[in-house]
Amino acid sequence: MDKPVNNRAWFLVMPVLALVAFSALLPLMTVVNYSLQDTFGGNQFFWAGLEWFEDVVHSDRIRAALGRQVLFSASILAIEIPLGIFIALNMPKKGVWASFCLVVMALPLLIPWNVVGTIWQVFGRVDIGLLGYTLTKLGISYNYVNDPIAAWITIIVMDVWHWTSLVALLCYAGLQSIPDAYYQAAKIDQASRWKVFRYIELPKMQGVLLIAVLLRFMDSFMIYTEPFVLTGGGPGNATTFLSIDLVKMAVGQFDLGPAAAFSLIYFLVILVISFVFYTLMTKEGEAL
Amino acid sequence: MTLELSGITKSVGGRMHIHRTDLTLQPGSMNVLLGPTLAGKTTLMRLMAGLDKPSQGRVIWNGTDVTDQRVQDRKVAMVYQQFINYPSMKVYDNIASPLRLMGVDREEVDRRVRETADMMRLTPMLDRKPLELSGGQQQRCALARALVKGAGLVLLDEPLANLDYKLREELRAEIPRIFEESGAIFVYATTEPEEALLLGGNTATLWEGRVTQVGPTPSVYRAPQDATTARVFSDPPMNFKKVSIKAGRAGIHSAQWDTGDLPDGDYLAGFRPAHLSLSETPGAVPLSAMLETTEITGARTFLHLRHGDDRWVGLVDGVHDRDHGAQMTVWLDPSHVYLFKTDGQLARTAPYAAAA
Amino acid sequence: MTQITLENLAHSYLPNPSKDEDWALKPMNMVWEDGGAYALLGSSGCGKSTLLNIISGLLVPSKGRILFGDSDVTALPTLERNIAQVFQFPVVYDTMSVRENLAFPLKNRGLPLDQIASRVAEVAEMIGMAEILDRRARGLTADAKQKISLGRGMVRQDVNAILFDEPLTVIDPHMKWELRTQLKDLHRRFGHTMIYVTHDQTEALTFADQVVVMYDGQVVQAGTPQALFDAPEHTFVGYFIGSPGMNLLDAKIDGDAAHVAGTHVSLAKGYGPLKGHTQIGIRPEFMRLGTGDEGLPFKVNRIEDVGHHRIVRGQVDGANINVVVPESQPLPADANRVIPDPAHIHVYTDDWRVDPARQERAA
Repeated sequence: MDKPVNNRAWFLVMPVLALVAFSALLPLMTVVNYSLQDTFGGNQFFWAGLEWFEDVVHSDRIRAALGRQVLFSASILAIEIPLGIFIALNMPKKGVWASFCLVVMALPLLIPWNVVGTIWQVFGRVDIGLLGYTLTKLGISYNYVNDPIAAWITIIVMDVWHWTSLVALLCYAGLQSIPDAYYQAAKIDQASRWKVFRYIELPKMQGVLLIAVLLRFMDSFMIYTEPFVLTGGGPGNATTFLSIDLVKMAVGQFDLGPAAAFSLIYFLVILVISFVFYTLMTKEGEAL
Repeated sequence: MTLELSGITKSVGGRMHIHRTDLTLQPGSMNVLLGPTLAGKTTLMRLMAGLDKPSQGRVIWNGTDVTDQRVQDRKVAMVYQQFINYPSMKVYDNIASPLRLMGVDREEVDRRVRETADMMRLTPMLDRKPLELSGGQQQRCALARALVKGAGLVLLDEPLANLDYKLREELRAEIPRIFEESGAIFVYATTEPEEALLLGGNTATLWEGRVTQVGPTPSVYRAPQDATTARVFSDPPMNFKKVSIKAGRAGIHSAQWDTGDLPDGDYLAGFRPAHLSLSETPGAVPLSAMLETTEITGARTFLHLRHGDDRWVGLVDGVHDRDHGAQMTVWLDPSHVYLFKTDGQLARTAPYAAAA
Repeated sequence: MTQITLENLAHSYLPNPSKDEDWALKPMNMVWEDGGAYALLGSSGCGKSTLLNIISGLLVPSKGRILFGDSDVTALPTLERNIAQVFQFPVVYDTMSVRENLAFPLKNRGLPLDQIASRVAEVAEMIGMAEILDRRARGLTADAKQKISLGRGMVRQDVNAILFDEPLTVIDPHMKWELRTQLKDLHRRFGHTMIYVTHDQTEALTFADQVVVMYDGQVVQAGTPQALFDAPEHTFVGYFIGSPGMNLLDAKIDGDAAHVAGTHVSLAKGYGPLKGHTQIGIRPEFMRLGTGDEGLPFKVNRIEDVGHHRIVRGQVDGANINVVVPESQPLPADANRVIPDPAHIHVYTDDWRVDPARQERAA
């Protein structure tokens, strides 16, 4: 239905547009600027065309980082989503315990990223850390500083510990919105626990799951602080994910041009994958 | 204060929602828009309020063209089917809110809120929050908010549809009184013919975006000009039967009656469910029909009948639970039969209505 | 299919009920016959939902027992009661097709596939959804979804009872007709015991052979639609059934006469001495208007023409009184009296009807 349109409303949006332009568009344009030129400091620029982009695309180092990144995101999604659903299904629905659980679940989410890294760094140390020390005493070889597998496991466990709560809380909210009548009807229909999940709970959680997957994917794909604090990208390059590599390149080596091209490609990759996820999952939703 | 819709139409995306309509609402009148769901009642109300702009035609308020005026600048109030109140405000503040927006001074606000609350019988509930009230009280609060501004035009879009039937009955009996006290033009949309009759005033019947008839409510009810109006203004719907008239007599099987000086030809006979009777009345003709099912509403019973290929409904006093599937005789007084031409136009009104 | 017995059933949501009003459901005894159609009728908060939840097994009553046939099911969970239920809002499995929805309860019980198929086809035809069996349930309208819920309730042949919890709430008014009628037909064809909870008198009276009217946590009357209309046992029944409800006037009863507003009204039967607040109740259908000295002094306030009858609203000695006048009867222009029909006057003390015959036996 068409309503009388009042164009004056645009004036109210103007300040926000101006702010966004300053905080997002200008820096982005700066990056674009860097990515197409070469500089040796002193505000002197030379036109480089698409050279940096070609370098980045053909760089084995960045390809390896991308591979690690994809593997990492896939692993944590594969763990956090089912685990989050499982926790949400088993949380109490109401009463004091429900609020208690909510608070406990929310705790990891309240801890700053670098603190999370520090906690696990200390926790996993073989000399003074509870986890590292215990494992070593039990005769299990564990050292995230030297052993790439141990480093990977630690980072994944850390991320699961940090973020599964988010998935669980989102799912919990989705579950709470299901009227009791559905469960009662299912009981009357003698549906098994699995069928209740498959035909009532999962369809009703679909919306929040989409959000959870998107958030977790984007976040994990951009992960920086925790592995930086914990392993600094090592041992070797074993946990050098894209953003760590990017920072090394830009700040460590001061390769501003390739770093700018890298960030643009990085940005596009995330955008494209998120879009693919979104379309797939909403399509799936209609087809379900 | 008069509201005039002059040659308005409304189409959205090439589909006609309201066909060309001329309608004048007199000062201080009660106007009922009667029609089934999606007949265009809400669209017409939105046009009256100025929430939508007509595709063609003008809306004239007191002689001034207000077609292009914003809703906020018109003096209208609207009440919806859902009880819309501010949940966090007390009833008092809910009622006061439109006045405060208008910048009325405190004492005046207080006086008018109390006056309106009194009229709506909400005085004891002024300090409560809307959600602590019953459905009927919530809707009265919404009504009070609409009335307090002294709007010249009050639009009510099926305001009682979401209430329990007993509450509906009580509020329905109060609305004519509230209307008389307010002095505004009321426009009341409903799907129920009985509600229209209880409210009185004028009725415009709507069918598929067209106003089919306008007039004083009882006369539209008793003297519909075409079969569509008759169908809309009858709940359950009017019963119809194809008849042919020969030499001034019409008949349904062996039941025959005089039809005055109507020319010979095919007609559609229509009669209301309440005019079928289980016992013989003077002048009535017997009809044999199969009883499909019965429905009971307190003091009355609906008989769902099948007569040949036609489905009929009878409404009789008292509680009757007969055998279903049985053949039964019902009586129809020909003075209650309307005759329509095959194109739906009224050919001869029911003699009883002509006499009234 | 089974007879359902409620034995001294009572329920309170409080742990230690002491006062009368602590009870959501006051003690009741009731037998529901196998294959009957029953309605629980009352306004919100009257205890009808509590009673329904006790029958379906969601709530364990504080007191008393509930029997299905001869077996005590008071403590049994829903699953083991073998009942079906249709809820206020349509409960369908969104991701399944209509067919899968209807087959679901049977599949879960491991019925052979061919039996499921034939049963689903039968039910689909009954609820008029045979053509759209393969449509997904998600996009359907509320009334179509409610029909599916209904169908899922009907699809099992062995249920002890089918419970309906205000099933027509979300249905468009003109569709209510159809569903109500369909429900009645289904009952007739399948003979399931059906219990229907509603606040709508038309739904209750149309659907049920026996209507149980509840008010303030107790059953005020259980009877046929006819009995509820003719002889309401409680003033609430008089008010709730019929539209407008029954007229009530404070009266002093003396044998076969009632003294109302300084006027003498004769009654069809004689009454013994009565204690408490006495009133007479007359339905608006059983009063007529008059102009002479006969009847009660009446002041007309408003006349509403409802088409097939008129409602004359007015007052007798300050009390609101409605009179229904059929379309065929003329209205006296200067009506100043109402004359009640003695055969239809009931006497109430403290809201309960006094039955002169029973009073006589007791005396």
